[in-house]
Amino acid sequence: MQKKEPRIAFWMILPAILVISVIAFFPLFKTFYDSFFSFSLNPRFPREFVGFGNYIKLFNDSRFWDALKTTIIFTVISVSLETILGLMIALVVHQDFKFRGAVRAAMLIPWAIPTAISSQMWRWMFNDQFGIMSRFYEALHIIEPGTPILGRPGLALWAIIQVDVWKTTPFMALLILAGLQLIPEQLYEAAKIDGANMIQRFFKITLPQLTPTIAVALIFRTLDALRVFDVVYVMTRGSVGTETLSVYNRVLLMDRAFTSASFGYGSALSVVIFLLISIFAIIYIKTLKLQFD
Amino acid sequence: MNSKKIIYRFVLYFLVAIILIWCIFPFYWAVVSSLKPDKDLFEINPSLFPKRITFENYVKVFTERPFHINIWNSIVVAGITTIVSLLIGSLAAYAIARLKFKGKVVVMSLILAVSMFPQVSILGSLFVLLRNFKLINTYPGLILPYVSITLPLTTWILQNFFRELPKEVEESAAIDGCSRIRTLWSIVLPMAAPGLVATGLLTFISAWNEFLFALTFMQRPEKYTVPVAIALFKGASQYEIPWGQIMAAAVIVTTPLVILVLIFQKKIIAGLSAGSVKG
Repeated sequence: MQKKEPRIAFWMILPAILVISVIAFFPLFKTFYDSFFSFSLNPRFPREFVGFGNYIKLFNDSRFWDALKTTIIFTVISVSLETILGLMIALVVHQDFKFRGAVRAAMLIPWAIPTAISSQMWRWMFNDQFGIMSRFYEALHIIEPGTPILGRPGLALWAIIQVDVWKTTPFMALLILAGLQLIPEQLYEAAKIDGANMIQRFFKITLPQLTPTIAVALIFRTLDALRVFDVVYVMTRGSVGTETLSVYNRVLLMDRAFTSASFGYGSALSVVIFLLISIFAIIYIKTLKLQFD
Repeated sequence: MNSKKIIYRFVLYFLVAIILIWCIFPFYWAVVSSLKPDKDLFEINPSLFPKRITFENYVKVFTERPFHINIWNSIVVAGITTIVSLLIGSLAAYAIARLKFKGKVVVMSLILAVSMFPQVSILGSLFVLLRNFKLINTYPGLILPYVSITLPLTTWILQNFFRELPKEVEESAAIDGCSRIRTLWSIVLPMAAPGLVATGLLTFISAWNEFLFALTFMQRPEKYTVPVAIALFKGASQYEIPWGQIMAAAVIVTTPLVILVLIFQKKIIAGLSAGSVKG
């Protein structure tokens, strides 16, 4: 019985490995390989080996550096806002109040709506003439009347960050809430007896106990934010300084696939994005501490 | 009640109200906008409630464009993805949770690594691969990539569920001479049914919501899935965006999702905590 196990396990795992090998790993290696060539999907352009030429070209491409900068700004700001607000919201919904279950359920709504669709909803709210968010910001004197939020450099990126924060914060809060519920009540009672006030209890008990949960959520969100595509594509198509790495990469690969020899160049950018995200993925896996048996 | 407690209650309910409005408002606003006639919709100071209600936008979504076809595309693609992903995923998950073999950590790491792939990194090569097999603009051309990107999540959550099941039942099945596959099919899976439902729901939602692959591999309007169709809604002219119709379409497809999420919230949260999930 015991001897047969590895063989059965092999057959049970094979389909999964087969699918991800063909659909994920093979294309990934192909991308690495293609990044050393200059070619197009249009056979009119000859395929030539260029070595590291595409990478050298990429590092001299100001549009690449701008996209990298935008991606980093987007990631740092949205992930920090989501973590801080998420922690605050988690603390609020952890309290006792009426309809608590319903409120927690409602918090899943922004996460459940497809990003492409919620981005359209927000695009309508940011409409310069008829958008309710535009009216709201005008009333608060944050913007001048008639400002096209999604058409202004700087403002547009903030709007995109706002949509991402809207979508992800409640979700982050629910993950943190799950961590909060695991903290043993005795810890708080003991602290109360010792005379610790609310703020002391937060910093001495809640925060340290939550650190693992927050760390996982944080790295995981960073991974996600670095590859952001949907919200940017729908809100601005990457115009007015909102182009992120993924958006630029799709332009190179698809928009120019048949009109210029930029497929190899696009592949080089794909590789760079992959390596960038791998760094965080490795940290993530280390944090998860994969343990079996 | 002392005054301190009253202030606490007041602040608490105030904060809860803000959180609730924050989460629901965009959806609410889509509903309101979709019900307004164009004259009220394009008004400088929009009213928070529709003054007049019309279902014109809902009719136009189906008469002026093939939105019902887009919905069908999404149902087929997300549905088949979910079934295939659960089938393949539960096999792998069971082996990882229950069987002894070498290289388990390597296998799980390989599968998990895929969930961290930036999708755009394989976009170009995958497009070429699918094009060579004439799978662009076909259902399999989208289902295959979706199975591959949902498998890590399915496998990871399912193996967590399998681990929590009592081992004794399986052991007695083994003594009765049941094969591993039969044990999985007729004993483990029925016991893990709640886990399967939660996992299936998460898989379905992530396939239903996917945008980048759908945008790239489905290039004809009658092949678009719902998110792509809504993101690329065009008006009569280049400068005219049919906002009323966009909002109506958005409401049509998000309402079932919202209801599903409200019903299954406990299961979803349990599944999400078992393995962090991308949205």
